[in-house]
Amino acid sequence: MQAIQDSTQAEKNIAETNEPAIVIEDVTKSFGEQRVLDGVSFQVKRGETVAVLGRSGTGKSVLLRIIVGLQPPDSGAALILGTNMATASSADIAAARKQMGFLFQHAALYDSLTVAENVGFPLTHHRQDLSESQRRDRVTELLHEVGLEGHDDKMPSDISGGMQKRVGLARALALDPVVLLLDEPTAGLDPISSGEIDELVLKLQKEHQLASIVVTHDMISAKTIATRIALMDKGKIVIEGSFDDLQKSDERFVSQFIHRDL
Amino acid sequence: MSTTPAVAEPIRIRFNPIVAMLEWFGELGIFVWQVLRAMVTPPFQVAEFVRQLDEIGAKSIPLVALAGSAIGVVLALEARYSLVRFGAKALLPSAIVFSVVTEMSPIVTGLVVSGRVGAGIGAELAAMKVTEQIDAIEASAVDPRKLLAATRILACIVALPLLTLAASFCGVLMGWVASTLVEPISLQRFIETGFRGAGFKDFLPPTFKTCVYGMIIGTVACFQGMRAKGGAEGVGSSATTSVVLSSLFVILADVILVKVILLLFP
Repeated sequence: MQAIQDSTQAEKNIAETNEPAIVIEDVTKSFGEQRVLDGVSFQVKRGETVAVLGRSGTGKSVLLRIIVGLQPPDSGAALILGTNMATASSADIAAARKQMGFLFQHAALYDSLTVAENVGFPLTHHRQDLSESQRRDRVTELLHEVGLEGHDDKMPSDISGGMQKRVGLARALALDPVVLLLDEPTAGLDPISSGEIDELVLKLQKEHQLASIVVTHDMISAKTIATRIALMDKGKIVIEGSFDDLQKSDERFVSQFIHRDL
Repeated sequence: MSTTPAVAEPIRIRFNPIVAMLEWFGELGIFVWQVLRAMVTPPFQVAEFVRQLDEIGAKSIPLVALAGSAIGVVLALEARYSLVRFGAKALLPSAIVFSVVTEMSPIVTGLVVSGRVGAGIGAELAAMKVTEQIDAIEASAVDPRKLLAATRILACIVALPLLTLAASFCGVLMGWVASTLVEPISLQRFIETGFRGAGFKDFLPPTFKTCVYGMIIGTVACFQGMRAKGGAEGVGSSATTSVVLSSLFVILADVILVKVILLLFP
């Protein structure tokens, strides 16, 4: 109830119209002398998945952290459902975050909570309108969705890396988000588990019509799940388009990146 | 008057520890303000507070009781020796009761809890920080300062006086046991003699000054934990600095609070 009440008019408008859910405008970010993001701009509408690719240390994860509001940009803006995550009030940022699901690179599960408690964490804090049994049912439904039914009482340390990612994904979906952010969803996983995660993301995309950004090194994964690919180098997006557009590109860096991975 | 970069750099390096210390206090001030704001803003994390009260308070009782008992025994043995020398043996129960309740028990409880709880909170929050669990809480639109820091700090503030009472009880009891083993005295007489002429003003301020110790331990440990950087080394460093700094500040606070109590309750 609270999550619904907190939804701003802007969010409702975006959900009903075809406005971009995520707008990144000329974002720059430096750490000391090193500029990791240099004028990054793009937009994502509902139903779209943008894969952000690039070499290590090119600021891909920093971009996600700026989108969630965990770090402010030096300049530019990240607008999520109309909320500027760097300048909005705490209440507006919280309301925007309730519309976002974020899968961290290493899942970032709460190690003192069980799998079910991890998935139910956002519900416990934001859906006080649900009874205990309704919350449990929702957790069971989410675990079923990511293929982890029956693992409710396990601790995060007792499950594999792939399963942890699935739990993280279930937690990210708990509040029925409009925006889904995935940081290296297949990193550190074997090809079969990576494939399963890709299929899961595709299925969730289809069912929930999310606006998603996937940060990855994995070109195969990007090709499978993304509607658009943004390739970053030295803090800038060097090319943005479909996988076919990237394949047709004459840029040396682009062809190096694609052909090394495929 | 501006300082040129060529001059500013050596000055900065020379005064680096001072700058770092001032930065630390500045960041601590901001953290305290954010936690205070989180504490008074609904929704309140009652379940987590109760869990922390159990973790910080109930689970510290055995250690605090043992420390309190040791103080009682040591004081009984040491004070007897001194008082007998000066022909004031009859004052032994009062010496034990006053020493235990007004000073020894609060400061020992503060230091024992800063060791056990300070290290625990510092390491736990640091581990959560370096594994992005705190970021995950924030990304879930839950304020980690409210959920993790405010609950722990409040639990420390509430638990410390209660633990001090437990330490005082064990200290007085074991003081009597140690005294009666050397020279038999009934517990009733020991208590009557020990508390003769004493009022609440003698015991309440020293007990409740431990609320300040609790605030210091909780705040320093949460702050150090939540600003941890790096991997295992960062976690270890946060745990160590939590204990060292909270113990140091508890001792400094004791010096100030003793003076304040003497001024307010002469």
